[in-house]
Amino acid sequence: MAELTYRDAVARGIAQEMERDNNVVFLGEDVAKAGGVFKSTVGLYEKFGPLRVRDTPISEQAILGAAMGAAMTGLRPIAEIMFADFAAVCFDYIANEFPKLRYMTNGQLGCPLVVRTGNGGGARFGAQHSQSIENWTMMIPGLKVVAPSSPIDVIGLMAAAVRDDNPVIFHEHKSLYAVKGEVPDGEILDTLGTARILRPGKDATILALALMVPRALAAAETLAAEHGIDCEVVDVRSLVPLDTDTILNSVARTGHLFTVEENPRLCGWGAEIASIVADEAFWDLDGPIVRITTPHIPLPAADHLEDLALPNAPRIVEKIGRVMNGSVR
Amino acid sequence: MPGPDDFGMVWHLGWNHNMREKQKGSRAAGLPNDDIGPDIRLELYRLQVEIRDCEKRANDLFFQNLIKGTSHLSLGQEGIAAGVAVAMQPGDKSFCTYRGHAHTLARGVPMEKVLGELMLRDNGLMRGKGGSMHLTSVEHGVMGSYAIIGAHLPIACGSAWRAQYLGQKDVSVCFFGDGTTNIGAFHEALNFAAIWKLPVVFICENNLYMEYTPIADVTAVEHPAADRASAYGLERIVIDGNDADVVYRTAQAAFAKARKGDGPSLIECMTYRHSGHSRADPAKYRPEGELEKWLERDPIKIYRERLREFGISDAQVAAIDAESKRKVDAATEACKASPSAPVELLTTDVYADGGWSWRN
Repeated sequence: MAELTYRDAVARGIAQEMERDNNVVFLGEDVAKAGGVFKSTVGLYEKFGPLRVRDTPISEQAILGAAMGAAMTGLRPIAEIMFADFAAVCFDYIANEFPKLRYMTNGQLGCPLVVRTGNGGGARFGAQHSQSIENWTMMIPGLKVVAPSSPIDVIGLMAAAVRDDNPVIFHEHKSLYAVKGEVPDGEILDTLGTARILRPGKDATILALALMVPRALAAAETLAAEHGIDCEVVDVRSLVPLDTDTILNSVARTGHLFTVEENPRLCGWGAEIASIVADEAFWDLDGPIVRITTPHIPLPAADHLEDLALPNAPRIVEKIGRVMNGSVR
Repeated sequence: MPGPDDFGMVWHLGWNHNMREKQKGSRAAGLPNDDIGPDIRLELYRLQVEIRDCEKRANDLFFQNLIKGTSHLSLGQEGIAAGVAVAMQPGDKSFCTYRGHAHTLARGVPMEKVLGELMLRDNGLMRGKGGSMHLTSVEHGVMGSYAIIGAHLPIACGSAWRAQYLGQKDVSVCFFGDGTTNIGAFHEALNFAAIWKLPVVFICENNLYMEYTPIADVTAVEHPAADRASAYGLERIVIDGNDADVVYRTAQAAFAKARKGDGPSLIECMTYRHSGHSRADPAKYRPEGELEKWLERDPIKIYRERLREFGISDAQVAAIDAESKRKVDAATEACKASPSAPVELLTTDVYADGGWSWRN
């Protein structure tokens, strides 16, 4: 057991898979000799050499296209798109190429690759380097989409993503890179498509993802201590496949559902889950499904404004407290 | 810019001219044949004729409403698909575009499988799930036909990277049109292939039109692919794409270079599309007389003359022509008799487990 940062967990997860399988290769901008702009891939170049860990030009289409061509002919590439916002300049691959290949070719070809990317806000990078784009990827049939919130999940889900035969978009959260967590020694392998209950509770279910997970957990402690509301916090972890069993079972127990989403308001993952719960668990609900999101705005750079925009523990407490007031079972 | 009145442009480009002189030389010296030889020549001819007949049949089937959606024919451009394919070896990979029937057929994919896919029948290459723009036959090395302009150039780079990384000797070949040279992925891919010295060969079919607009009207250089080559440290290569011999020799040289580890090549093949961009396009934007002039330089016409020059009998040629017609007729009948794919196919192969499930 060791304490590891989320950042170091990325490198450890990749290294674990590269050691296991020679067909795993890694490419991206500044990822090799420089160790990544977020220093999340330090040491991989030195350990695995220039043939397996490759710096690329600033050519996101070439990065993802090359990863795809390698994947469909036998390799297991991991590609980095430095900031998730840059997915927009190579979205053809994410939207049109990776996810359609198997279907259009009637199963003749597959695309087993991982795109890892620095997602999310809170780092004062402004509107084009701070977005939460997980919803851009969730909406496309054929992709798998994960967003870990802790170092151990980074390693386990990375391993699962690399070993999966589908294209997996792996959203790392920039504002979590410095977060530390306990990680056991030895190989770690998790399962895609599994949510995790991080704090059991009986009064309300809070669903959160990535940076919103620690904020939801902090809010749950305050809600318990100061409002007597016992919240169950579920880390969704995987948007596709979606662990609806865990979510529906939790809602069945608590009767209340809140989602905490970093994305701007419209078409967030929480809206899809709200729709599923409304369809399939309506009679379990004792109150409205409430989504707590960033307002429908681009993110500002100024620290006080960005802090106002992103959901935080006090806002979660305030919102849940108000909705739950008088309806606690 | 090569224009309608300027067929001479393809002849002053060196390569083609020199090869012609060489050929004349060998014949004058009384040599029985040249570096290509009769077997390969007959194969080059057979492929061109079969592609031509199959594409014409596809056109006819449109008008009978037996092919739906869209389709993009290579009528007039057969020399490139044939010349490159014959120079390829088993195991080499083709990456094609939505105008990819020719390149798919050229790798030996049966006509029935291609026409079946165009007709969206169960006997098609992808059982109708892909359609005419996405012909794929992995067993023949056809690694997909890509319908987003430029997308497959980086993908071909990735396949070449795999070969390089694993020490495999296959070459990845990427076909595209002149219009592709103005999209970013083209430039990203060329730079990427050059810096990594990848065994990939880019074949630009310059048919003078990006969809409906003359490529010259929207491109800053005369030769949209070749004139960009120097930006990536590559040789400037422009050839006569309507002469399958020239295409074959040029492709052979590029493949040899790639297999030796000496990196990518970019070959611009001058050619002309006899029909419109797609089914929807009657090509009325073409200047009067342009098509007729290019028909004089029709690749199959050129090649029939070539065969005759090299002493291949008219009977042999006629036999190939007849066999091609028979194949197309047989394929057409087989496709007409084939049912549509079962409805269960709607949700198969979205994910690697064969299904489409996104939740538990």
